[in-house]
Amino acid sequence: MAAEGAATGVEVLPAELAPAENMAAIDILSLTPAGLYCAAGDFFIDPPRPVSRALVTHAHSDHARPGHAKVLATRETLALMAIRYGPGFAGSAQAAGLGEKLMLGPVEVGFHPAGHVLGSAQIRLALKGRTLVVSGDYKREPDPTCAGFKPIRCDVFITEATFGLPIFRHSRTSAEIEKLLASLKIFPERAHLVGAYALGKAQRVMALLRAAGYDRPIYLHGAMERLTEFYASEGVGFGEIRKVSGADRAKLRGEIVICPPGALQDPWSRGFPDPLAAFASGWMRVRARAKQRGVELPLVISDHADWNGLLATIRETGCEKLLVTHGEADALTHWARGQGLLAEPLHIRAHGEEDEPMHAAAEGD
Amino acid sequence: MNGFAAFLDRLAFELSRANKLRLMTEFLRATPDPERGYALAALTGALSFKFAKPGLIRALIAARVDPVLFGLSYDFVGDLAETVALLWPAPDDADRPASGNGAPLLLSEVVAALATAGKQDLPRKLSDWLDALDETGRWALLKLITGSLRIGVSARLAKTAVADLGGMSADQIEEVWHGLAPPYLDLFAWMEGREAKPASSDPAPFCPAMLAHAIEAKDFDALAPSEFLAEWKWDGVRVQAVVGRAANGRKVARLFSRNGEDLSAAFPDLMDHLAQVPCREFALDGELLILRQGCVEAFSVLQQRLNRKSVSAKLLADYPAHIRAYDLLRHDGLDLRPLPFVQRRARLAGFIEAGVGPRLDLSPLVAFRSWLDLADARRDPRRFGAGADAEAIEGLMLKRADSLYIPGRPKGLWYKWKRDPFTVDAVLMYAQRGHGKRSSLYSDYTFGVWREDDLVPVGKAYFGFTDAELAELDRYVRANTINRFGPVREVAHEPAQGLVLEVAFEGLNRSSRHKSGVAMRFPRIARIRWDKPPCEADRIETLEALLKA
Ligand SMILES: [Zn+2]
Repeated sequence: MAAEGAATGVEVLPAELAPAENMAAIDILSLTPAGLYCAAGDFFIDPPRPVSRALVTHAHSDHARPGHAKVLATRETLALMAIRYGPGFAGSAQAAGLGEKLMLGPVEVGFHPAGHVLGSAQIRLALKGRTLVVSGDYKREPDPTCAGFKPIRCDVFITEATFGLPIFRHSRTSAEIEKLLASLKIFPERAHLVGAYALGKAQRVMALLRAAGYDRPIYLHGAMERLTEFYASEGVGFGEIRKVSGADRAKLRGEIVICPPGALQDPWSRGFPDPLAAFASGWMRVRARAKQRGVELPLVISDHADWNGLLATIRETGCEKLLVTHGEADALTHWARGQGLLAEPLHIRAHGEEDEPMHAAAEGD
Repeated sequence: MNGFAAFLDRLAFELSRANKLRLMTEFLRATPDPERGYALAALTGALSFKFAKPGLIRALIAARVDPVLFGLSYDFVGDLAETVALLWPAPDDADRPASGNGAPLLLSEVVAALATAGKQDLPRKLSDWLDALDETGRWALLKLITGSLRIGVSARLAKTAVADLGGMSADQIEEVWHGLAPPYLDLFAWMEGREAKPASSDPAPFCPAMLAHAIEAKDFDALAPSEFLAEWKWDGVRVQAVVGRAANGRKVARLFSRNGEDLSAAFPDLMDHLAQVPCREFALDGELLILRQGCVEAFSVLQQRLNRKSVSAKLLADYPAHIRAYDLLRHDGLDLRPLPFVQRRARLAGFIEAGVGPRLDLSPLVAFRSWLDLADARRDPRRFGAGADAEAIEGLMLKRADSLYIPGRPKGLWYKWKRDPFTVDAVLMYAQRGHGKRSSLYSDYTFGVWREDDLVPVGKAYFGFTDAELAELDRYVRANTINRFGPVREVAHEPAQGLVLEVAFEGLNRSSRHKSGVAMRFPRIARIRWDKPPCEADRIETLEALLKA
């Protein structure tokens, strides 16, 4: 430890942050029980528990937690955290502009667009000529609701791998929206309930529907109203949106209703005419997963990079060392080693819950 | 092929029968000949070509994908065809090449090529097709050619969809079905009013079977004993024996299950005898049994003859097959089905008395005046005429004397009154490894019955079978696993695919802990119904009726 620390500029860790068994020192960052920690700048990235200073990649609940003393994140992420957790979500909050450089102690820090959801960012760290990028969650496909991903060259790249298996090659999103519209034609008397994560996916699906020329009102579950209003205030156009709470459900034949995935199997869904359960998620690529959830119309729409997106991104960073966080790390590390990279899985426990529908924890959100 | 695949994919996710029907009818309406005909053949299991072995598909993907990545992917997906469909390194949808002649690949091309392809051509053909298809297309193709297409649609439902095109009933389709072949141009022409009903060129066609309802205690009050005839319900396999004469004058004999599945090949001994019956043409309804020294053997003995790929001379000698006749449906050019049962029965008796050989006899009527009489007979068939055959009786059939032979399960005409009221035909859904010396075998079975179009679990049993049966069940579970959850395997359970278990139990209680609302006391596997398709398993209403009784 000491030798490696000396070589990479990591200081000796305070006792409560001492690395446990499976934790590795990762250049500028260390993996501690409290999350990814930068000792040189004394801050954490996406820590699962309250800390003195947190840098937050995006507002999904498995990355952004309330109760930190100080939070540094994009303006949009801070606003979304305030909507979800209330204005007192942190002791103090500082907005980081995309592409700006700022110093935390000796560490140069920068936020760069990740293309995952509104406000999502990768975090670049530089110390003594070494650069490290934490990807957060990201995707490469264009998304009308947020800024597109920009690859950043670095020495060490910490990537997500939610869909890190070669079976995940997401089809064209427009084709999935066509599938939904085609179903409305076959079953014009059934309410089409589209399960989508409240933050990001729901708004993206609505924007995609409008881009495909769908001009009927879209009905929205109460849990998504405030987040959607914020997206609209940031300039994302949704056309006419109506609240389910104010509508007579029995009359919503042939209408599209956007709701959280958990609501699909809820008593909530029963009042609709012969409801058809659709679900917009990358997991829908695998039939058994869709069937397990009783989904009738799986829509493969993902806010995470697919296999090809992961591979292309890793190449574009030019990294020499790859660390693979939540998801299917084994396949990606195997591939990267085959490419001559140093590659290791990195087990961060808290991640991968909010937007991974297969975890029970995701369902309420 | 991509269009057919997208349709199958959609159908496989649809839960309700009515909506499945809608999807099928819409697809058949919108798809031109002969594509829709081959699609119908795929849905009804009527496509017959040499199926590709999983080994061939593994070899194709091994040549294209890193073995570690394949292994991790297969573990995650759990289904070979789907894993390969997802992994296949095909060009993007946008710049996908069409098949050889520049047009998209058609299902009919695949069917035609598979009918003629030699073994050595198959890998090449298959990889060309996989290159030409999208992911859903690859999935459907691989499922189709490995014979593992399971989309939760029965042949009956598919025929109902065809019937809907012409405003007819599935039974009208069944009438002509056995004379038809893919791509069913004549059938669709009939449905669309372009041509007359296809002439049945089949000299020995199947007549859709008439089935009975389970009688409930409350039913008796409303039924007059004098209007009914009773007969034993034999513990064998319900069959239909049909004999006719082909255009060339040759006699054709066929044996069908009650769903119209052709069982002839497994019973050459019986077919010989049927062909020798001195009658030009007939169709009769009866029970397939094994008789030795004039005695009916138990169902477990008959099972030795069921689901056999080959029939040895020894098997034929040791287990001589027999038909005990209940009903006569056609006789010498006459359709008897529009006659009352009592008249058909008289004709049947005359037909049998005229001499039909040793392998065919008449199932006797059980005399009774009151329901109480009949209850006694049911309790002790030995004293009421069944003699030594009593062990092979599973109850009574009550048939209205004036009942016409109506396909399906018409209400109020035929009832079955089982000897042991506490048995139910359930479908195997999950299997779990046993304990102790059974820990290497899947020996704990969770089974379900139908509620609407879904199976709902009603109990769990881990005894009632022999060691030999356990070994067979274990093999079945391993070969038909669709999901794994730790020590538990989910076994295929669709209307047309799955295993029916006859479950015996001591009683039934209401239960709020079970999704089905009922809990069985001491359930055990009474027998394995290898012969019965899951769509014929019991429904939750049967159990709910027991609760009320
Ligand atoms: Zn996220």
